[in-house]
Amino acid sequence: MAMDSGAPKESFRLSMLLYDSRYRSYTIQIFVLFGLMLGAAWLVDNTVKNLAALGKDFSFSFLWNVSGYDISQRPIEYSSTSTHARAAIVGLLNTIILAIMGCVTATILGVIAGVLRLSKNWIVARLMTIYIETFRNIPTLLWILVFGAIMAEAMPAPRDFRGDDPVATMSVFDSVAITNRGVYIPAPQFERSLGSLDLGVVAPSLDAIAFIIVVILSFWANKRVLRHATAVQNATGVRPVTWWKSILILLLPAILLLLALGFYLDYPALRGFNFQGGIQLRSSLIAMWLGLSVYTAAFIAENVRAGIQAISHGQTEAAAALGMQPGKTMRLVILPQALRVIIPPLISQYLNLTKNTSLGLAVGYMDLRSTLGGITINQTGRELEGMMLMMLIYLTLSLLISSAMNVYNSRVKLKER
Amino acid sequence: MSDTNTLTYVRKEMLPEQAPPSSQIGVVRWVQENLFSGILNSVLTILSILAVIWIVLSIGPWLMSSIWNSGSLSECREILAAAGAVTEHGTSGACWGVIKERWPQLMFGFYPSELYWRPTVTFLLMIVAIAPVLFPSVPRKVLWFSLAYPFLAFFLLWGGSIWVPITAALGFGLGYAALAGLASFGTLYSTAAAVIVPVLYWLYGWAPLSDGLTAIMPIAIEQVSTSDFGGFTLSIIIGLSGIALSLPLGILFALGRQSNMVLIKSISVIFIEFIRGVPLITLLFTASLLLNYFLPPGTNFDLILRVIIMVTLFATAYIAEVIRGGLAALPRGQYEAADALGLDYWRAQRLIIMPQALKISIPGIVNTFIGLFKDTTLVVFIGLMDPIGLASAIRANSAWQGIYWELFIFIGAVFWIICFSMSRYSMHLERRLKTDHK
Repeated sequence: MAMDSGAPKESFRLSMLLYDSRYRSYTIQIFVLFGLMLGAAWLVDNTVKNLAALGKDFSFSFLWNVSGYDISQRPIEYSSTSTHARAAIVGLLNTIILAIMGCVTATILGVIAGVLRLSKNWIVARLMTIYIETFRNIPTLLWILVFGAIMAEAMPAPRDFRGDDPVATMSVFDSVAITNRGVYIPAPQFERSLGSLDLGVVAPSLDAIAFIIVVILSFWANKRVLRHATAVQNATGVRPVTWWKSILILLLPAILLLLALGFYLDYPALRGFNFQGGIQLRSSLIAMWLGLSVYTAAFIAENVRAGIQAISHGQTEAAAALGMQPGKTMRLVILPQALRVIIPPLISQYLNLTKNTSLGLAVGYMDLRSTLGGITINQTGRELEGMMLMMLIYLTLSLLISSAMNVYNSRVKLKER
Repeated sequence: MSDTNTLTYVRKEMLPEQAPPSSQIGVVRWVQENLFSGILNSVLTILSILAVIWIVLSIGPWLMSSIWNSGSLSECREILAAAGAVTEHGTSGACWGVIKERWPQLMFGFYPSELYWRPTVTFLLMIVAIAPVLFPSVPRKVLWFSLAYPFLAFFLLWGGSIWVPITAALGFGLGYAALAGLASFGTLYSTAAAVIVPVLYWLYGWAPLSDGLTAIMPIAIEQVSTSDFGGFTLSIIIGLSGIALSLPLGILFALGRQSNMVLIKSISVIFIEFIRGVPLITLLFTASLLLNYFLPPGTNFDLILRVIIMVTLFATAYIAEVIRGGLAALPRGQYEAADALGLDYWRAQRLIIMPQALKISIPGIVNTFIGLFKDTTLVVFIGLMDPIGLASAIRANSAWQGIYWELFIFIGAVFWIICFSMSRYSMHLERRLKTDHK
């Protein structure tokens, strides 16, 4: 009996392109590709025609022209005679500064609010619920404007600090002045400064670099000490006392460096019509920072709460059965597991905050959107190039954040089969 | 075994129940357990109480001496000063007169005042149109009205010839007719026809037809220009259109991202990641500044429509990601069961996959919708008069110069009510659709 060795060999027919699911996907994709190419060609053709009609070309050479406008908050050297490219970099740095400040405070506030919302303390839990629901359900732009108005309207003017019986006084041991022009805080200064490193575009201070290097080195050394302690504990069962070593390693080198450089604080003081000295955090920065932080913190709080609630109660009970104290249970059992749930939404909150820095224009904060995407575009009339460049920069920022966080996420991820 | 009854030291009858000690019941126990159970808790409680007292003391007097009848800020301050509501910082009291006087403007923007009935009717009809979508107890026949509502709303809000929306709606009718009429030729042809026929109609047949009908039967109401739109009307128009359009598009992109077809998948991924990577405000600027570059020379279409398109695209990318999460959460067995039943791709999606995936993603979808509605405030940056833009416009008037908090509180309260109701509805929906027995 001869067995059939398989399905009869079919010859390829043209209709199989439509009706055979093996080939149909190719047909669809080819059609889509054609459509896509046609669409792209149509857009490019329109753009070329429109540019020609307006007598414009497509070039980024405007970036090297003199900008001619001032930026109030300058992390790097900049004046109105600098180029548009440099203005864009200043804006980008302002965006990054705001994003980092916002992410840090939003995380701190959010974690506190999220944990406290789960507190057994009735009044604390209610207060946190009110905070979260209020801030989550009102647009962030409104919050930014509210904080902007608080800074501009409700804070004392510098002249209120004048006289023997001033209306307003400086806070925190006369070191911080909160005025309607911004918050003045003491600035770190060095008597024997190392100067700054000139890299052409930016000139970072050598003092700051030295300080950061020392801090990183001491953290690394501390990690070595702790690892050694763990090794000893694994070998002998007794963990050597390390806390005084850690404190010495972490603090001593930094303090010695500061002493060697002649560190002192430059306090802001009222001279003439305004405060001089110290660092001025402008009202626009404060309004953006507070507005974005408290808004995003409300979302982060919800993520933290969801993360903690996602851990089954059995984990707490198991830890209790092992004889762990509540603090250790939180630190060693609950948080490491909750972090896995919290990190992915936290990343997207960081992304949202970074993108929301583009609302800076509302209170006059000179971020990338206000420099490159605002004044530069208006002055040069290069909407197409400017917007493309700006979108590209924001896209790069977002992708950088999400990839950095994804690396972290994959490290804390549950290792499964 | 001794008889316990004979022992004198054993009690023979039960004692009456005694009330628990006063420290273990009622308010005292509750306060002890919930507010002062430890040092940390006590500190937190005291701090919270202090915070509440501070907030009440700083806002309370201001709210208590509210003035509702005043035509300008200076008039309000005079009334306050006469009433004696004066603190060390000057007169203190809320001047709600601005809300009362500018109420129509905050609601309708610069819409012609004699035509206010039109947005009002549109809003009331909106409630009727949304009701059957939200609540299953509303008769299903009302859904037909929901389908017609967008065209009706357009006609009422923008005005002009009645034939423009009717002939536009005809395109959908033609598409459905093509789908139903060609069904016997196979799904492939009928679907293709259902897409191509309406598109061709809108490109070439729509304008002449509506112009012709308008010439024959000129039924029209007064036209209102886009630049007159504003206030919460504008926010709701943009928000609702974005919500209604982004869900189906988001589903398509989520499916595209899951697709086996390399090209479809990469297009979806690039679209989603690009949109999620840039701020909405850059997209809005693209809509207002750049769209003229990308369209054939001479074309110019409505700014609100452009904004709706951009907001929709923005929300689409987020919805797609949320639904992708829902799809990923479905057990593989559901897909295999659909295959085993012999369902084709679209039937499997419609009958088995999507109902479950959408149910899982409800919280995320509604959160995206809430975000979209809040993001409608960003249109102020491209010169549309949303409530926040109107707040600055009102302040620019000399009568209300310097009024901040009352406007902010009012606008914030309206947004809060809408967004909070949306999140409560999503919780209700989750409960309603819950089928497991946990």
